[in-house]
Amino acid sequence: MAMDINGETHANSPRPGQCLRTFLREEGMQGVKKGCDGGDCGACTVHVDGVPVHSCIYPAVRAEGRSITTIEGLPDAAGADLHPMQEQFLKAQGFQCGFCTAGMIMTAATFSDEQKQNLPRNLKGNLCRCTGYRAIEDAVLGNDGGGCSHPPSESCALDAPAVSPRAGTSSAPAAVGADTPAPAAPLVVTGTARYTLDVPTGEFPGLLHLKLARSPHAHARIRTTDTRAALAVPGVVAVFTHEDAPAQLFSTAQHELYTDDPDDTRVLDDVVRFKGQRVAAVVAETVAAAEAGVRALDVDYEVLPAVFEPETAMAPGAPLLHADKPEDSRIAVPERNIVAEVHTEIGDVAAALDSADVVHEATYVTQRVQHVALETHSAIAWTGADGSLAVRSSTQVPFLVRRTLARVFALPQEKVRVVAGRVGGGFGGKQEVLTEDIVALAALKLGRPVQLELTRSEQFTATTTRHPFTIRVRAGARRDGTLTALALDATVNTGAYGNHAPGVMFHGCGESIAVYRCAAKKVDARTVYTNTLPSGAFRGYGLSQMIFAVESALDELAVQLGVDPLEFKRRNMIRHGDDMLSLHSEPEADVHYGSYGLDQCVDLVRGALDRGRERGAGGEDLGPEWLVGEGTALSMIDTVPPRGHYAHSIIALTADGYRLDVGTAEFGNGTTTVHAQLAAQVLGTSPAAVRVRQSDTLLTEHDSGAFGSTGTVVAGKATLAAAQELAGLVRSFAAELSGVPAEDCTPVAGGVDCAGQLVTFAQLAEAAAERSVPLQAEGRWGGTPRSVAFNVQGFRVAVNSATGELAILQSVQAADAGVVVNPRQCRGQIEGGIAQALGAALYEEVRIDDGGTVTTDILRQYHIPTFADVPRSEVYFARTSDELGPLGAKSMSESPYNPVAPALANAVRAATGVRFTSLPLARDRIYLALKEAGRVPAVGADLLLAR
Amino acid sequence: MDMNTIEAVVPTTDPGDWREGDAWLAGGTVLFSYGSSTLRRLLDLGSAGWEPITVNDDGIELAATCLVATLYELPDSPVHAGTKGTDGAVRLVDKWPALELVRPCCDSFVASFKIWNMSTVGGNICTSLPAGPMTSLCAGLDGTATILGPHGSHREVPVAELVTGDATNALLPGELLRSIQLPASALAARTAFRRLSLSNLGRSGVLLIGRLDPDETLVLTVTASTKRPVQLRFNAAEHPDPGELEAALDAAIAPELYHDDIHGLPQWRRDMTYRLAEEIRAELLMGRSA
Repeated sequence: MAMDINGETHANSPRPGQCLRTFLREEGMQGVKKGCDGGDCGACTVHVDGVPVHSCIYPAVRAEGRSITTIEGLPDAAGADLHPMQEQFLKAQGFQCGFCTAGMIMTAATFSDEQKQNLPRNLKGNLCRCTGYRAIEDAVLGNDGGGCSHPPSESCALDAPAVSPRAGTSSAPAAVGADTPAPAAPLVVTGTARYTLDVPTGEFPGLLHLKLARSPHAHARIRTTDTRAALAVPGVVAVFTHEDAPAQLFSTAQHELYTDDPDDTRVLDDVVRFKGQRVAAVVAETVAAAEAGVRALDVDYEVLPAVFEPETAMAPGAPLLHADKPEDSRIAVPERNIVAEVHTEIGDVAAALDSADVVHEATYVTQRVQHVALETHSAIAWTGADGSLAVRSSTQVPFLVRRTLARVFALPQEKVRVVAGRVGGGFGGKQEVLTEDIVALAALKLGRPVQLELTRSEQFTATTTRHPFTIRVRAGARRDGTLTALALDATVNTGAYGNHAPGVMFHGCGESIAVYRCAAKKVDARTVYTNTLPSGAFRGYGLSQMIFAVESALDELAVQLGVDPLEFKRRNMIRHGDDMLSLHSEPEADVHYGSYGLDQCVDLVRGALDRGRERGAGGEDLGPEWLVGEGTALSMIDTVPPRGHYAHSIIALTADGYRLDVGTAEFGNGTTTVHAQLAAQVLGTSPAAVRVRQSDTLLTEHDSGAFGSTGTVVAGKATLAAAQELAGLVRSFAAELSGVPAEDCTPVAGGVDCAGQLVTFAQLAEAAAERSVPLQAEGRWGGTPRSVAFNVQGFRVAVNSATGELAILQSVQAADAGVVVNPRQCRGQIEGGIAQALGAALYEEVRIDDGGTVTTDILRQYHIPTFADVPRSEVYFARTSDELGPLGAKSMSESPYNPVAPALANAVRAATGVRFTSLPLARDRIYLALKEAGRVPAVGADLLLAR
Repeated sequence: MDMNTIEAVVPTTDPGDWREGDAWLAGGTVLFSYGSSTLRRLLDLGSAGWEPITVNDDGIELAATCLVATLYELPDSPVHAGTKGTDGAVRLVDKWPALELVRPCCDSFVASFKIWNMSTVGGNICTSLPAGPMTSLCAGLDGTATILGPHGSHREVPVAELVTGDATNALLPGELLRSIQLPASALAARTAFRRLSLSNLGRSGVLLIGRLDPDETLVLTVTASTKRPVQLRFNAAEHPDPGELEAALDAAIAPELYHDDIHGLPQWRRDMTYRLAEEIRAELLMGRSA
């Protein structure tokens, strides 16, 4: 029986157990996305006979004889190219990575006016990990999504005209400071943006599918792998085990210097060190055959003793995870399972604590959390006749992946190409090689294209998480409000492998304490192997964990001193020019105050909270069981990672504008827009005239990748330099063509204005071609010197002492982002950071049981914030312009995450008197702590709990 | 997700067709959500043709295949001729006020309204999660399940006893839940509903339904909080005071019966059960002497 898809009859029949999602994708509807494959995220929403359903849990055979509509077939409004809901998402830019967008639009397109009145209920089946939902709300309701989210009576830097260093030099409106829409927006809202696996049928003839057999043991040696039954499964082409894998050790972590991480990992190893680790790869003609092959494998394990907690892992006699590694693997103390450690002291902490008037001492614990980028890790590898290897991957770091693949497979770098399509969210999780190496191995062995797509459960059980930290804090202050001692002892669980272990530990201990002036600082930290899921890079990169401890501890000192916590922090925080000290008595040589807006951020948050209280956001209308309090936290971040971060941009004039090639990847961070804006600003044109190509190792020389919020401040500098050089070339060339002196030639929209005469792009391009003058320029930046950026978060919360329920009455964040290149996007980054951090603060926890099994392996067990969970935040910007960043801009992607959890914990402390030293602040835990503190009202007290 | 071990989808409602490796396919929202590496066939109830909702003077029969979306519309549906209440009620909920529970129970699904277009009342009960809101609703209304067995046999089990623990139930292999009968006596009751979750609109951690029947029997049904439904029943002469309610809860729910998973710590679930139970008691018995 046939199926009608978007008005066309499709005669193919689905397989018996097939879900509608995969059938529709096989029929070419690649706008239908897989976020979870379990009915939770809504990215696969389609209409069956006009009714919205999640196609990943819809039996495809049930759709036979029915009429299906996907994003590709959403009917247009009369006389328009797009459905009204698509127009609204375009207008409000209701997306970041865009992976959830098709499902959002397919859902919202069915809403009645009544349904739009209750978006928490009606959109709770559509998860977005990027935006924090404000932009989506604006889109669904038809708002323009511009401007700031503060109340109309408030103001911030964005309300003033944009700071534009070149304003007035051209007739074009300033590109920098404008809410330029993302260049990919029309593709995103129509479901035609190509993510990693959105490859047209036929592009990879003979494509094979790979599935991984995974270890059922936390620690074991593989004695033998009997592959005969697996190879006998029809459709299975090959099985690869550790015997097929290169001996080269590497780290899945990707950094500019590979020596930043220990070499402790093999593509396939004969020892498995966590439950879920790869054991073997089965490659087959279909996913189903590969799965059957995995089930048919017979692996004989010698089970080894395992250790799950860092404290026991460091104890004498503990099972050792990597004692077999060569000396040059860069593992600090393999015989104690320690990957990296640091012990430093500035001043005399013991003496300072002795003489302090108040001392706070507590142990803070942060949990494992997962990135939950909507697009799971996935890659396709293929080979060329010349022995070359190419990989299309969902990665933040294509150039580093290329280098790692070349190193692991002993290939010349020029024989390896890595390309990223649009990436469906990253958050640090895709600063790793988790799929590319195994598909490369298979493709190189088989000479056929091979695809691997991780399931959502594999994301939870076999990729990476944020590093769990246990942090003992001792802090002291004098009665006059001076912070005198700050000592941190941190133990970090890196899991079975040391990817990002040193970096996260060092970074965590850096800006978190450098932001305070304090004569005595002491840090002891170590990162420890255990037989658990590896930790890895995660938004904040160690800072969110340490800032939770530091900002909570300073809040406690202020409470003891009887002073306002934010005033106490203001008194002790660094001022412009102060040495920023953490692990050394001398500041980092290449970190400077390119600008300083921390004081403004503190004032903005203080003012906003005060005004919020005045306008009635103080919770006065709540019942007596509700306890109300305010809390704040501040944070600092270096604008670029240390030890070099490189970018290369090439810009050329074409017949219709400019073509800009950049290395950095786009995963919803909005850097593509920013690059177009920066180039357009210099070239006096509109961002729409700058066509950006990106994240393909064939296009540019090298790019360290999109991590550490470098897309604007590093790659943007390269683009800016390229554009500036090209502007000079174009002016000279236009002068030559027109006979007008170069100083009277100005690049403008459409070409170059030569004393009132427009020489068009087409004329310039044609003449350049004739004369063989390349109108092309390159720019590079090495990521140093670096500046600092700041974020301050404030909350007013109400806690229901009878149930533990926590309500956020007001959420405020102030950011010092330098010159804000794209206000709407930057605000979106901050809103998204707050939302993701609220998930970690309130709900999220990857739980691992006593045997090393991850028990939270689906989204119903790992609740990420839905539309119903995220409050609207007021976002304010400091007025600064950075001397080091491109056109005054600073980084602002990962840092908004960092102050959120401690600000929330501090607000709960203020409301209830109870200090929470561990996360998440779940309602059940809040209730039980209040009960222990005697703050719970008696059962039967006159309260109304119904909802 | 694809269920790649499935070799056939067989349209049938005959438990005699069931064999090892088969699963009944109702809406599919659970089967296709979790997937399987062992199932071979899906026995498809999609063409069963069972009337989703049958209303008569004895009460309401919900077919197992009744969509949640269909159930959601029930309270507002018109009272049919022949079953019209003597008070001239026009909506079903006016005749049977306990139907006010239907929408809060549907809204207790962590799944969105889109899933309701596929998932079924019976599927939710047979999944038998502690937080299954159709279990809450049907148990809370003293629903009786009709279960089909092979060779045309059938048996009846109270829904409150059908679900026996976290994802366990009293169904034997191959048995098929056919329908749930909600009795008129319960539907005529005055009700109270209380629910708590660790997140807004999230999975229920505690869900209590109270009922005061026309004969003044007070029935309290605890779900989500406990691994299986627990019912407390007090006849008109035995309405509890707060202390008696607390004692009754003590007696009915052993500490280990409180569910322990990521959706709520058992100690929290326990305390919330007592708190919400007392609220319900106070609300339903307001103005009556205990």
